[in-house]
Amino acid sequence: MWLTNSSIGRKVVMSVTGLFLILFLTFHALMNAVSLISFDAYEAVCEFLGANWYALVGTAVLAAGFVIHIIYAFWLTLQNRKARGTDRYEVSARPKTVEWASQNMLVLGIIVLCFLLLHLFHFWAKMQLPEIMGEAPLRGKEALELAFSQVWVLPVYLIGFVAIWFHITHGFWSAFQSLGAANEKWIERFKCIGWWWATCVMALFAIEACYFTWFFAF
Amino acid sequence: MEKNISFKLKVWRQKSPKAQGQFVTYDVNDIPTDTSFLEMLDIVNEQLIEKGEEPIVFDHDCREGICGMCSLYVNGHPHGPATGATTCQLYMRRFNDGDTITVEPWRSAAFPVIKDLMVNRNAFDQIQQAGGYVSFNTGGAQDANAIPISKVAADEAMDSASCIGCGACVAACKNGSAMLFVSAKVSQFALLPQGRAEAKKRVKAMLSKMDELGFGNCTNTGACAAECPKNIKLSNISRLNREFLGAKCSD
Repeated sequence: MWLTNSSIGRKVVMSVTGLFLILFLTFHALMNAVSLISFDAYEAVCEFLGANWYALVGTAVLAAGFVIHIIYAFWLTLQNRKARGTDRYEVSARPKTVEWASQNMLVLGIIVLCFLLLHLFHFWAKMQLPEIMGEAPLRGKEALELAFSQVWVLPVYLIGFVAIWFHITHGFWSAFQSLGAANEKWIERFKCIGWWWATCVMALFAIEACYFTWFFAF
Repeated sequence: MEKNISFKLKVWRQKSPKAQGQFVTYDVNDIPTDTSFLEMLDIVNEQLIEKGEEPIVFDHDCREGICGMCSLYVNGHPHGPATGATTCQLYMRRFNDGDTITVEPWRSAAFPVIKDLMVNRNAFDQIQQAGGYVSFNTGGAQDANAIPISKVAADEAMDSASCIGCGACVAACKNGSAMLFVSAKVSQFALLPQGRAEAKKRVKAMLSKMDELGFGNCTNTGACAAECPKNIKLSNISRLNREFLGAKCSD
């Protein structure tokens, strides 16, 4: 199967899952934004998803996206370290045009993964999971209050957002490059679109987290 | 203005492929700044021979930047601190009096060290042999204008063809990936009608040979293109991906 045993195939898997996760993050940020306007409307969104069959299918697909992306990341990194050889350079310099994020995607990814686990514990474990188990789930506003009434949650979430921002600024254009969609002009355009996309989405998340902390903790 | 500089030269010495290597520091004195980097190494080697020591082994051939034989990872850069130039085109005026200059071989599992600074780049030959050519049937030569080719395509193919196969891309890449080399070799034919006939076969054969030889997976850091002495562009890699995906989809 060329998606596992060719280097370009493996990168295609990273690209497609990565773009899917960016798309998910975008919808996630937009759905959260509803709560900035009205918590009642936010409850409606939470209820619409809940543990309905389509939400469960969506969650399963999403989880698969995360798991494949993460497994491939570790697998590719191990292969790449092996290809690099056992001897490291004594002196190495990063050329100006090379982004810092591009050389630290695994480290950024691990930070994002830690943040993800905390975030799942804060919300998924209190909303969808109990509903699947047949217990009474927390309502959207209740779960938000439980998490954001603790002031330490905000800085931790902001660190997670910054890591995701760095991860996407490289991941976005890199995905299109790996899918063969780029050329001399479009590499720059994808970089620009990716920067703005990551900045808008992560800024929206940051605004939401700050608002929740202000609303529930003070 | 020409002047003389003195510096410390920290060089990787390794007796044989399996031997344990280490850095050896030499004091190098009064080298004119108009000396090329390889001429400086020649001077150091003369002195080593006079002292009865083994000279430093390094690859070199044409010394005019077209053969791709010279290598050397100088102060953290393949082919040294100059951009768009090979090590043989690097001059001592790039360095200052009192500097420590660190010289290492290309480091990649697919380029094992033979001795000192010389590595085995036979893997590139094997990739080329897998498909880096155009088959021509014998017969009378065709009229030059029989196949129209746009100036844009011709220029881009020529730019891709300027790759000298030195391996700086692999040396610069934190993943030890050979994608810039392979993409240049695939692109120079993919862009021209003469190369299209075997395009699908070529890209699959060259890529699977590259993977088989133990080069890493490209993560688009762009270090290869930034360090390439021939300024091969990163867009070649996207073209390689495109060609490969196209070939796979039409299987």
